[in-house]
Amino acid sequence: MSAAIELRAVEKSFGQVAILRNINLSVAQGERHALIGPNGAGKSTTFNLISGYMKPTSGHVLLRGQEIAGLPPYQINRRGLSRSFQVTNVFTHMSVWENLRCAVLWSTGQRYAFWMNIDNLPEVRDRTAQILTDINLTARRDVPAGLLTYAEQRALEIGITVAGGADVILLDEPTAGMSHAETERAVALIRRLTEGRTLLIVEHDMSVVFGLADRISVLVYGQIIASGTPEEIRGDPKVREAYLGEEVA
Amino acid sequence: MSEISASAAPPPPAAAERLRFYASWLVAAIVLLLLPNIFTSGGSMTTFSLMGISIIFSLSYNILLGQTGMLSFGHAVYYGLGGFLAIHSMNIIGAHKLPIPLPIVPLIGGLSGLFFAALLGWVSTQRSGTAFAMISLGLAELIASSALILRSFFGGEAGVSTNRTKLLKLFDWSFGSQIQIYYLVAAWTLIAVIAMYALTRTPLGRMCNAVRDNPERVQFVGYNPHVVRYLAFCFAGFFAGLAGALAAINFEIANSAYLGAEQSGTVLFAAYIGGIGFFIGPIVGAIFVTFLSLGLSDLTQVWQLYFGLIFIAVVMFAPGGLTGLLMMHRPLVKAGTLPKVIPGYLIALVPTLAMIAGLVLSIETIVHYTVNPGDDPHIKAFGVGFDAASPFIWALAAVLLIGGFLVARKTWSWVGHAWDEAATMAREKGIAA
Repeated sequence: MSAAIELRAVEKSFGQVAILRNINLSVAQGERHALIGPNGAGKSTTFNLISGYMKPTSGHVLLRGQEIAGLPPYQINRRGLSRSFQVTNVFTHMSVWENLRCAVLWSTGQRYAFWMNIDNLPEVRDRTAQILTDINLTARRDVPAGLLTYAEQRALEIGITVAGGADVILLDEPTAGMSHAETERAVALIRRLTEGRTLLIVEHDMSVVFGLADRISVLVYGQIIASGTPEEIRGDPKVREAYLGEEVA
Repeated sequence: MSEISASAAPPPPAAAERLRFYASWLVAAIVLLLLPNIFTSGGSMTTFSLMGISIIFSLSYNILLGQTGMLSFGHAVYYGLGGFLAIHSMNIIGAHKLPIPLPIVPLIGGLSGLFFAALLGWVSTQRSGTAFAMISLGLAELIASSALILRSFFGGEAGVSTNRTKLLKLFDWSFGSQIQIYYLVAAWTLIAVIAMYALTRTPLGRMCNAVRDNPERVQFVGYNPHVVRYLAFCFAGFFAGLAGALAAINFEIANSAYLGAEQSGTVLFAAYIGGIGFFIGPIVGAIFVTFLSLGLSDLTQVWQLYFGLIFIAVVMFAPGGLTGLLMMHRPLVKAGTLPKVIPGYLIALVPTLAMIAGLVLSIETIVHYTVNPGDDPHIKAFGVGFDAASPFIWALAAVLLIGGFLVARKTWSWVGHAWDEAATMAREKGIAA
């Protein structure tokens, strides 16, 4: 079985500046994989390359064995890969319900239909309602996304990401800026929503990373310096020196 | 599907609500049908016809601006081309006695608009924002200048004229009289408004809103924002062409003014003044602007200046447009706290009107001395005669303008306080804005 996501010798430079150098990363199907590393290591750039937001300078990006490097984001999304954003990226003037419904539409085969009433599509309606319940925002259904609290917006962000039913999910710092209690709820939500799917997550909160991930990769200065189970990473001297320090020892 | 999540969906509209929805369309149809019985003069029939045309055109523009977030400076291109192709079609149909009645001709205009939008839109809709706005402006200039060069098609300065009564008669209607044209315009207006409203409720319509809000995120839910924008552009082109054809039928002529920058600007004004955030906004704007441009031009020589001032005032003080101003009051009406702000409005109205009167006096006096300095200084503006050479009038204008402004500023801040209070009370009663 081919890996859900595989990066082979991926490089990315902006002009003369190399951001990612020879990245090799493999995420198995059904695995929860965390990508950690200091600020500016290239974690978000890696996400941008996988999700089609940017094109790699060289190398291969494979989704279930198929090359996706250079494809536009919407085509990668249609192949079953969905991502969230570090900075909340929702449809601000639209209600929570409308936000989720837009995220469901393509996967239910509506495409660019202009001959059907959107309120008369039972499948769209049911799937949207399901996601809305899953992210616990039923009470906020008709509120414009821009007026939600920060934690609610983050939940909506995750809801939009998983709504299309993609089986490979990329979450970029889903708990950033959250309080301890909010983080706990968010982790429970992520655990529930990514059940049976492949998850690649960028996260700074080490308790989240070590609690959630099956495997961890460490990215430092544009290179993956280690990949392994949480125990292997915790014991890796290179990782401790470069990133973790003594805090998790 | 669990019971819990099924109840999470918005409930389907109740029977009464649905009935009210269809009843409102029916009422609109009946009003359109009865209008000629209330306003019987030929002049008002012309006004209503122009309003109908403007409503279709403004709504088509709002598919771009309000719904998809594309600011176009060249929407009149599709209006004008629809008009020209309608004129040529009418001439061909009339000359060859083709079995096509006049009421079908607007459809030809619409399809022409659609064709040119489909042709020219693919490149310009790659991006929204400044790039789209600039390309639309460039295309508009290109087409408008070719209208003066390609004389065989556009007829040069004079334009191309036709005779609408030469077409196949339908039920003995020759469409020679203005009232028959009114009914033709009214029928197409109703059809177009219903169609454009329905469009907002389709998957494409909702994705247009998503593209307006956040084109980047749209790509990550499987949609290509370029395709969404392109399709919206094609629809806007179709309805603009339809409106252009109706205008061509109404005037029996099409000329380069149809596709010029002024026409493109007017539709932007109408949509914005009415309120681009609401479906009915452009309808309100179209009626208001048509009424104003017909009414003001009789009252003052520099009506376009006032038109511009109104536009600036709306952009600065009411970015939601006239409809936005009205909708702001809905939560207050629901909560019953509207009476709290009414006295404030009435008080603020006095100095505001004084300020406007001072402004009008100043403008008209300046116009007298700059535009027609040799004329008799006893001028008439807005039906009021005054002596532009009298120092008393100058002093009066200055007092009204400056005094009105100072007092108005104070009173409007009171209104603001009363408003905050009323809105807070409405919010406490659980009524969201």
